[in-house]
Amino acid sequence: MTLDAKMHIDEGTATIRLSGELDGRSAPRLNLLISDAVAAQARRLVLLVSDLTYMSSAGIRCLLFAHQKLPRGAQIVLVGTRPEVAETIRMTGLDRTVVMQESAERQAAEA
Amino acid sequence: MLEIRVDAYPTHRIGGVPVRAGRPLPFGATPVPGGVNFSVYSNNATAMTLVLFRRGEAAPLVELPFPPSFRRGGVYAMTVFGLDELGLDIETLEYGYRADGPFRPQDGHRFDPGKILLDPYAKLVGGREVWGAPRDGVYPYRGRIALDDFDWEDDRPPGIPPEDLVIYELHVRGFTRHPSSGVRSPGTFAGLVEKLPYLVDLGVNCVELMPVFEFDELDNPRGLHNYWGYNTVGFFAPKASYAASGPYGMQVDEMKNLVKQFHRAGIEVVLDVVFNHTAEGDERGPSISFRGLDNRTYYMLTPDGHYYNFSGTGNTLNCNHPVVREFVLDCLRHWAAEYHVDGFRFDLAAVLGRAPDGTVLANPPLLESLAHDPVLRDCKLIAEAWDAAGLYQVGSFPSYCRWSEWNGRYRDAVRRFIKGDLGTVGELAARMTGSTDIYGPRGPVASVNFVTSHDGFTLRDLVSYNRKHNELNGEDNRDGDSANHSWNCGHEGPTDDPEVLALRTRQVRNALLILLTSHGIPMLLAGDELGRTQQGNNNAYCHDGPLSWIDWDLAREHRDLHRFVRNVIAFRRTHPALRRREGALGHSVDGRLPEVSWHGVHAWTPDWSPHSRLIAVMFSAVRDDGGYDCVYVAANSHWEGHVLELPAPPEGTVWHLFADTAAAPPHDAHEPGREPRLADQARVLIGPRATLVLVAREGPPQE
Repeated sequence: MTLDAKMHIDEGTATIRLSGELDGRSAPRLNLLISDAVAAQARRLVLLVSDLTYMSSAGIRCLLFAHQKLPRGAQIVLVGTRPEVAETIRMTGLDRTVVMQESAERQAAEA
Repeated sequence: MLEIRVDAYPTHRIGGVPVRAGRPLPFGATPVPGGVNFSVYSNNATAMTLVLFRRGEAAPLVELPFPPSFRRGGVYAMTVFGLDELGLDIETLEYGYRADGPFRPQDGHRFDPGKILLDPYAKLVGGREVWGAPRDGVYPYRGRIALDDFDWEDDRPPGIPPEDLVIYELHVRGFTRHPSSGVRSPGTFAGLVEKLPYLVDLGVNCVELMPVFEFDELDNPRGLHNYWGYNTVGFFAPKASYAASGPYGMQVDEMKNLVKQFHRAGIEVVLDVVFNHTAEGDERGPSISFRGLDNRTYYMLTPDGHYYNFSGTGNTLNCNHPVVREFVLDCLRHWAAEYHVDGFRFDLAAVLGRAPDGTVLANPPLLESLAHDPVLRDCKLIAEAWDAAGLYQVGSFPSYCRWSEWNGRYRDAVRRFIKGDLGTVGELAARMTGSTDIYGPRGPVASVNFVTSHDGFTLRDLVSYNRKHNELNGEDNRDGDSANHSWNCGHEGPTDDPEVLALRTRQVRNALLILLTSHGIPMLLAGDELGRTQQGNNNAYCHDGPLSWIDWDLAREHRDLHRFVRNVIAFRRTHPALRRREGALGHSVDGRLPEVSWHGVHAWTPDWSPHSRLIAVMFSAVRDDGGYDCVYVAANSHWEGHVLELPAPPEGTVWHLFADTAAAPPHDAHEPGREPRLADQARVLIGPRATLVLVAREGPPQE
């Protein structure tokens, strides 16, 4: 199964909905989208990942890539992360950089 | 931008894979535009093959022999493109090498193209992500590619002056593996980060991690574990099973995060590194990497091709061979530059001063290079200044005024004094003042003082056992050192005799109090502040279980000991008189108090005679505000108490009692700054087998 990624940019927030598998082979495509979001001057990146069947360390590295590319102070939000991925993000210290939320509803409510 | 690089296109196809001649430098596997550059060297191989695997598959995916034109000198380099075509990516690629050449052990050559070998420069090693899991038979330790995209967030090393260090030696797995640790990720780097508040509260400012380079915990012929990990497999790779994120291949990130978090808390990270030998053992050992790539270069060999065994483990790394020397330098630079570690403790470092034939060198090139390397300039370098072949260099280790040493003489002096050996007072005095008698101009910071380390008894066992009890190690108690200078206080092992227990309680505190008031860099063994026992085992390298893990439930039972240690560390950090970079002068300059003066039952009159069991020392230093920092330490190993006449404290100050190991908790050590004033300023009673510490503080004269 491959990665399906759709981006929507609205008022400085880039929202990317991902489904399928995010791994070392598909991660470069997500990085390209992130670059597009940066080019469109996004200040907030929301990744909807609850439909991902698999996310490897390459997917987690996309968050590092986004953190380095986005302007300082930009927010990165990860919605619907599976527990094992959330745990890995915490253990590698990325939880200081990325906001993790359980569901899009909550994300929308807080936005 | 990357697309226009002219070197980013293949020139050859090998086995259908697009490649081009690679760059010889840097060594290892390096992501480059469009592919990965592989570079490996061997001065004696005749041919080399790159072997690629898909992660999780036992059989190689493709083998790529290096064409002769891809070899520059003894370096084989190839850039591989089109990983995507092979169905690979940086995450799923694993690699190794086959090296061909002569198999002539008598000449030192042990090439075997049937073996797939780990790249010595592999930054990530796959295959051992789960502690204790059975290993793959074909190629158990697999090179992988590490990405360097960690966010360091302006991390800066704490840069703690050596005289201010309080080192805490710990085992990454053992520190939090026990269920009582209460962490979310037991036995890992992440678990250790969770315990950071504990270490901050205790007051230590440097952790020395026992080996964290990839090793094989199953490497033990007796069916036990190799828990300590002094058998390196991959020198550039963090141990995958020490990372909770190891199954994700993120051990690099998890360990870097550990260093970053520790730095943020003001704690330095020193790594225990093992360059005296490798996991390949002697002739009977496995060919993992070095033996197959270039045995004659990497190992010290006898004239007929056998392995010298200065390490006591079967082989000896040929550290002063120019090639190996560069390898060691590259490795340490990697850890300093990429992981921001603050220093290294070198296991059996005397080996690093030997020539390829084992001769002891006066000016060993490796040690000199390490001392002057720009990348390592601010790293602490600590030598275990002896080896397993009888070379003992405490005090004579080639230091270039740069290296510190584990001071084995300090350990033995404190142990012997405390247990009551005669003729030890003079030796103890020299050790407590930074061993400047043996380190001279290097100063007290050359001396890492310790009473216990991972290697030997825990502190509690030091006062509970006369003999080692290593039966569980499976060698009929033959292994481990018999010269422990330990004393069981009247009963071997566990007892409920209150007198024995009370004496042990006091002896533990005597050792800690002397250690933490001595000049030099103190090192504590993790768990000693909690009364940890190994049930008399003084060589617990092979036990992965409750015997070697820290039981955090001990903290309740030994709350008083923990508080004692915490207060004594805080006291040390409060008093510059105890933390000296240079040796203390024993005479008065410009009418000031001497920096160190010796006392006994009578002030200014130490008893240096062979039957003496009592010594008192007054340390003084001029503070920044011009006043004196002044501390008086008296240690009595006699079974009777004594009245000590006190030297006068500096003008305008009076003696306050910081610690008295004969006093019941919580009066054994007070909170620094809240020490009670001594009622009698002229004399003080020191109890039997006790140590006491006074501090001179401002106060009105006695009414």
